[in-house]
Amino acid sequence: MSASAEPHPHAPHLEVRSVSRRFESPPGFGERVAGWFGTGAEPAVVRAVDAADLQVRRGEVLGLVGESGCGKSTLGRMMAGILPPTAGEILLGGQPVMGPGPHGRKTTSRVQMIFQDPFASLDPRMRIGEALAEGPVAHGLAGAGEAQAYVAQWLQRVGLPTDSAQRYPHQFSGGQRQRIAIARALAMQPDTLICDEPVASLDVSIQAQVLNLFLQLKAELSLTIVFISHHLGVVQHLCDRVAVMYLGRIVEVAPVAALDGQARHPYTRALLDSVPRLDLASDSNTISLPVPIQGELPSPLNPPPGCHFHQRCPWAERRCGEQAPAPEDVGTHHRVSCHRWREVEGLRPTAPRNGL
Amino acid sequence: MSATTAVPSSAPASTSEPILAVRELRTHFEQRHATVKAVDGVSFELQAGETVGLVGESGSGKSVTGYSLLGLIDPPGRIVSGSVRLAGEELVGRSVAGLRAVRGRHLAMIFQDPMATLNPVLTVGAQMQLALQAHGPVPPAQARARCIEVLRQVGIPDPERRLAAWPHQFSGGMRQRVAIAIALLHKPRVIVADEPTTALDVSIQAQILSEIHQLVRDSSTALLWISHDLATVAAIARRVLVMYAGRIVEEGPTRAVLKSPRHPYTAGLLASLPQSSRPGQPLVQIPGAPPPLDALPAGCSFADRCAHARERCREQAPPRIGEGERAWRCHFPLEVSREPRIVPVVAFEPMGSPP
Repeated sequence: MSASAEPHPHAPHLEVRSVSRRFESPPGFGERVAGWFGTGAEPAVVRAVDAADLQVRRGEVLGLVGESGCGKSTLGRMMAGILPPTAGEILLGGQPVMGPGPHGRKTTSRVQMIFQDPFASLDPRMRIGEALAEGPVAHGLAGAGEAQAYVAQWLQRVGLPTDSAQRYPHQFSGGQRQRIAIARALAMQPDTLICDEPVASLDVSIQAQVLNLFLQLKAELSLTIVFISHHLGVVQHLCDRVAVMYLGRIVEVAPVAALDGQARHPYTRALLDSVPRLDLASDSNTISLPVPIQGELPSPLNPPPGCHFHQRCPWAERRCGEQAPAPEDVGTHHRVSCHRWREVEGLRPTAPRNGL
Repeated sequence: MSATTAVPSSAPASTSEPILAVRELRTHFEQRHATVKAVDGVSFELQAGETVGLVGESGSGKSVTGYSLLGLIDPPGRIVSGSVRLAGEELVGRSVAGLRAVRGRHLAMIFQDPMATLNPVLTVGAQMQLALQAHGPVPPAQARARCIEVLRQVGIPDPERRLAAWPHQFSGGMRQRVAIAIALLHKPRVIVADEPTTALDVSIQAQILSEIHQLVRDSSTALLWISHDLATVAAIARRVLVMYAGRIVEEGPTRAVLKSPRHPYTAGLLASLPQSSRPGQPLVQIPGAPPPLDALPAGCSFADRCAHARERCREQAPPRIGEGERAWRCHFPLEVSREPRIVPVVAFEPMGSPP
């Protein structure tokens, strides 16, 4: 456990206040015609993020985990100020990151985002030097004349040779391209980075190199990082705290050490059980299959009432299907949204398991 | 060659005779100025009912090995030499028709992306019927029954109704189940699965891992599980083959190999996993990158990245050294350790630090 997970006296650096984001599919022609006659169906609405509350302290690395479609990337984009929320607000150092309204624009360059696929986020016809200089020059962080030296400094910082500036994205390997994306974000001199699956497309040995770079930069530049990932192993290594999302809601926020046996929400526990682990303690050459979560992920268009997880939860009771649980403090920096977390603590699921 | 003579499917699986035997397989891609040696002398065997993991990083040749088994190599790629024997029958050098008689029937493949495997303009039932009829006519009622049976086996609820559904109406995990069901249609002797759970979420991956495990346990089908993820391989395969730069550099019982790797590459791969380091501490990293496959060094391909490399490693390619169930290609293998250990290959040092 790193030292920064200890209680911090200062106010939150990045604050997410009951933020929601809905996506509506625009009505098709048939539905519009039906609408004129007053028989139109309700438009399909996805609540990608549903009343999320979250605080990130200065210098903290917060992991945001969950499965595809849980809303983690949508929440990340709102925190980065590139997608306006439909309700609630996001504050960075007390200031909103976006202007008001559905067409509000980003108001700060203090937060930058790094995406999963660095090749898709770099213009293939732009030299690396130009791509990296564009933002800083526009924001007056570097004059047009000194842009080259400015870019070289950041390339060096992420471990790339300075002549990389003359080259094009396709001339780099996947790991190097992700370094370029990191350099481009850092060149804006942010204090906060939102990283959306930045190592998911990299091989294990390259992933280690890029994760080390994150650790090093975090220490050198005292960055606050939100690290979105589906890979719990990576999150456990890099992060101080972790927020777990399920179907648009944050179900648990916990210090990362708590994932090791003290996770409270049944979904978090099931998610941890479904990760294949390298268990090298046993001597016999047996295989150890991970335990799957029962059932299927419900459609985000039509999430179940009450607690979204109740249909798949081994301990659900009647009120779980009727009433959404409110977040409760269960320890230092540890909150969980579950009606029954006290009663099920220490219980093992009785669902059918693999007899292996 | 007629489909029925391709492989005697009724032959009893003997314990000593492997169902699949690969010998010195070499698959090269001819380019204008160079030859890319994607698979360069790979040998292994699968016993009936056995699950073997084939692990390696991007470009190690693990997928090309899988494709070569089914003869799915297009020009400029070519199987240059070697042998692939399925139940004693040679597959390398067969005509397209000869390969078709085997593919899907005795030797099936599951790919990483189920959306690319399934035809988007055919219902699931229609394409399953096509796959079933590809090896001879089956009465419609019987075909339908078989399709429903395999869909149920892979855990698709309400299979009678789902036969009429289109691929886009399935979730990613369900699509991969359909792809697995198609692979199972003919009760193949061997299934080659190329990163079948990489595109899926962990909870879906856990479901598919345990379903596939039950399916192969209840049959005598051998499974070659190709993956970059050591943890998934450890979850399903009792034996593992580690590939690097076109060769198998280490093999043996999964737990023994992961617990006490003999090849420095295997050790480096394990050490670079986040769980091998204390949280927040720098991860052990293997320096550099694999050599280009069109200009492999004369000696050991890993020598340039290996902390233990000596002169001999750069001059002479290490031969395969076997010891019991284990084998490795290294002149100076790591000592056997009883405790699971993490071998620091090199100290922490950022890659490509500026000159």
